[in-house]
Amino acid sequence: MTIQIKPVLTALRRHKAGTVLITLQIALTLAIVCNALFIIHARLANLGEASGVDESSVFVIRNQWAAEWPTAQVDAQVQADLLALRQLPAVRDATPANGYPLQGGGWDNFVTLTPEQTQPVTDSAVYLGDEHFIDTLGLKLVAGRNFRPDEVMVMGTQQAITPSTVIVSQALADRLFPDGNALGKSFYAMGATPSTIIGVVDTLHRQGVSQWNKAFTGQSLIWPIRSADSRGLYYIVRAKPGQLAAAMREAPKALYAQSRLRIIDAKDGLQDYATIRHKVFDSDRGMAILMGIICAVLLAITAAGIVGLTSFWVGQRRKQIGVRRALGARQRDILAYFLTENFLISAAGVALGVVLAYAFNLWTVTRFALDHMSLAYVGVGVIVLLLLGQGAVLAPALRASRVSPVEATRSV
Amino acid sequence: MFAYYLDLALRSLKRNRVLTALMVLAIAVGIGACMTTLTVVHLLSGDPLPGKSSTLFFPQVDPENPVVGGSTEPRPAMDYRSAMDLWNAHRADRQAIITSSPVKVRLPDSGQPPLLPSMLSTSADFFPMFDVPFQYGSGWSADDDAHHARVAVISADLNQKLFGGANSVGRILRVRDADMRIVGVLKPWRPTPLFYDPWSQNFSKSEDVFAPFTSSMEINKGNFQAYTCWHVPPSMGDLQNADCVWVWLWVELDSPAKVRDYARFLDDYANTQKSLGRFAVGSEHARLRDLMTWLTYRGQVPGDVRLQAWLASAFLVICLFNAVGLLLAKFLRRSGEIGVRRALGASRGAIFAQCLVEAGLIGLLGGGFGWLLTLFGLWLVRQQPVDYAHLAHLDTAMFLVTFVLAVGTSLLAGLIPALRASRVVPGWQLKAL
Repeated sequence: MTIQIKPVLTALRRHKAGTVLITLQIALTLAIVCNALFIIHARLANLGEASGVDESSVFVIRNQWAAEWPTAQVDAQVQADLLALRQLPAVRDATPANGYPLQGGGWDNFVTLTPEQTQPVTDSAVYLGDEHFIDTLGLKLVAGRNFRPDEVMVMGTQQAITPSTVIVSQALADRLFPDGNALGKSFYAMGATPSTIIGVVDTLHRQGVSQWNKAFTGQSLIWPIRSADSRGLYYIVRAKPGQLAAAMREAPKALYAQSRLRIIDAKDGLQDYATIRHKVFDSDRGMAILMGIICAVLLAITAAGIVGLTSFWVGQRRKQIGVRRALGARQRDILAYFLTENFLISAAGVALGVVLAYAFNLWTVTRFALDHMSLAYVGVGVIVLLLLGQGAVLAPALRASRVSPVEATRSV
Repeated sequence: MFAYYLDLALRSLKRNRVLTALMVLAIAVGIGACMTTLTVVHLLSGDPLPGKSSTLFFPQVDPENPVVGGSTEPRPAMDYRSAMDLWNAHRADRQAIITSSPVKVRLPDSGQPPLLPSMLSTSADFFPMFDVPFQYGSGWSADDDAHHARVAVISADLNQKLFGGANSVGRILRVRDADMRIVGVLKPWRPTPLFYDPWSQNFSKSEDVFAPFTSSMEINKGNFQAYTCWHVPPSMGDLQNADCVWVWLWVELDSPAKVRDYARFLDDYANTQKSLGRFAVGSEHARLRDLMTWLTYRGQVPGDVRLQAWLASAFLVICLFNAVGLLLAKFLRRSGEIGVRRALGASRGAIFAQCLVEAGLIGLLGGGFGWLLTLFGLWLVRQQPVDYAHLAHLDTAMFLVTFVLAVGTSLLAGLIPALRASRVVPGWQLKAL
């Protein structure tokens, strides 16, 4: 079977308007689909960002104090709460905290290596916790040591304290001290006194996930501070394996048994990590689903357009097809003709579409600060559209191939 | 004539139902997607104070010293001292100094646990400046501001929670440890976007408690939160002397001359502070944007929403190409019929008009289904966990736009096919019959 391109082109020249329309439609569809796929992939990648937390058994309690207590009394209550939480049968460990990874925003400080430096080296998320922080979150200590209980300081309402020891994430250690071995070195995080690195943990996600945080991904520090803020604090709790539900039931009861003078919001006072992750990436997931729907509907519409126009062409050319059949063309020659025709149109559309896709991507880069699209998405888009075209044309083409040679004899 | 064309169009549409359905569906889907996103953009970029927004201005200076990261724009708020300096100058027709903080609120005699709403600390002009509607009572006076009066205005929501919606003017509210007399209760008020707060979520709720700036500094001391600091304050609670931004101003300026004067005053202030060594940059970082310019600068429409609107528009264009292609096929398929009509005396214009009526009819049908799809789309938006979800409703204007867009699109799509059809040469077609 030889595929003849020249007669196809000659025929298309007689159907300029239709050809141009389908070509443009394919081009635009490719441009949109590539970019949508790219956005979907980027958003889905966000969804999977590692937090460093043992997410299957950790949950967070947002505890607000209903009374105005002096610092000493708040701290006594926090210590009593922690003791009660850690003694629960389903609980492995608990820590006080000012925030948690994937919270959606929180405390961060600029970091400098000397106190006089005016332009910061980088920015670090700031976590406050006691010697149980690392075990509670399930972080992996890769170098150095954990805090000792005597290093943990108490910080009252709106007090500013800079501890002399700090544990940093590997990402922050690498950023500050690219030569490695950050242990024992010190830095300034917007304070007058330095903090010395005594330990490094593997992964510890920041609280925020916004675009601004991307430049500082994974850069976090932990200060040994137990918050005694009169407004409230977070308790992060790690359940024993498989006992998350039980721990989440017991924990608020245990806290209320310690004191009723607290507010644990019924709606979001108690959240496991599945909820936290779901919530913080909600808009990303929504966007990915929307893009997916747009892609699917777009491809369906383009396919329908191809089917419609090719059906019309087949109807128009029944007599010519009959003549060709009568002159000896086999059914598959006719089939090949329409498939070739569609392939040529699709190829032209796809070629134009690749240019459009990159133009659209460049525009989103400047306008919406998205990344540059990699070649793979265009490749996938091209293949999908070529296959879609061939698939859409198949039914009308088969119908054409079944045109009987007798048609040639009718009313020419 | 039109009725006859309509009849012809209906017959033609009925003749090939699959093709008709395909065209109507394509237009409906395009219109649905486009209108859903455009409605959201339209709602999000609305003017919160129509008729008044052009007289409201947001003054900014940049107290950050040194400026970190080479920013070319000032922070969206100021330190306490700069804000107080501008406020005390009284250079505007009306001015409001504003900050917001969480606070514990309860009734003095109730055993209920306290509520934790946010409190807006501001000055007397806030209410008339922003046309804030009152259910009971009114705002406080400039005198109350000056005398650190313990008075408060509460939202309709809080009034419902604490007093069951009754007139609570004159009642006492315990705000943290202080007793405040309620002087006003607002009607339900939800400015969208929440324009007066430069860093809230754009479409979040407004505050539940409003109190004089002067007295709330005393009441809620230590609970104010800084947006950002360039030096860690000596004591986190004492923001008034800290190198932190957390207070901002709105001013009302009724004439262009006053706007010019205020802008000059702002520049002079920034330059003076720079020469005193307090600011790192002077008038280069002083701004006086009016309300709508400020909202646009802030980017009140989220990037995702704008991207969706653009994609949906591209989507509609593809649907348009699709419709053009299918209409072309449909009209030219009837070349024989058109040939007969031409031979019987129909002019080219008549054929053209007939084709356009058919295209318009498809547009109308597409618009109808598109409208349903738009309602469905907006319902989907309302199910999303975004802060503007509650806004997503179709107003009359956008309802009309839906049909104008649908019919317009299909007429546009019908243009080339109709032209082609009207150029059909009758002789050839008759021979071929």
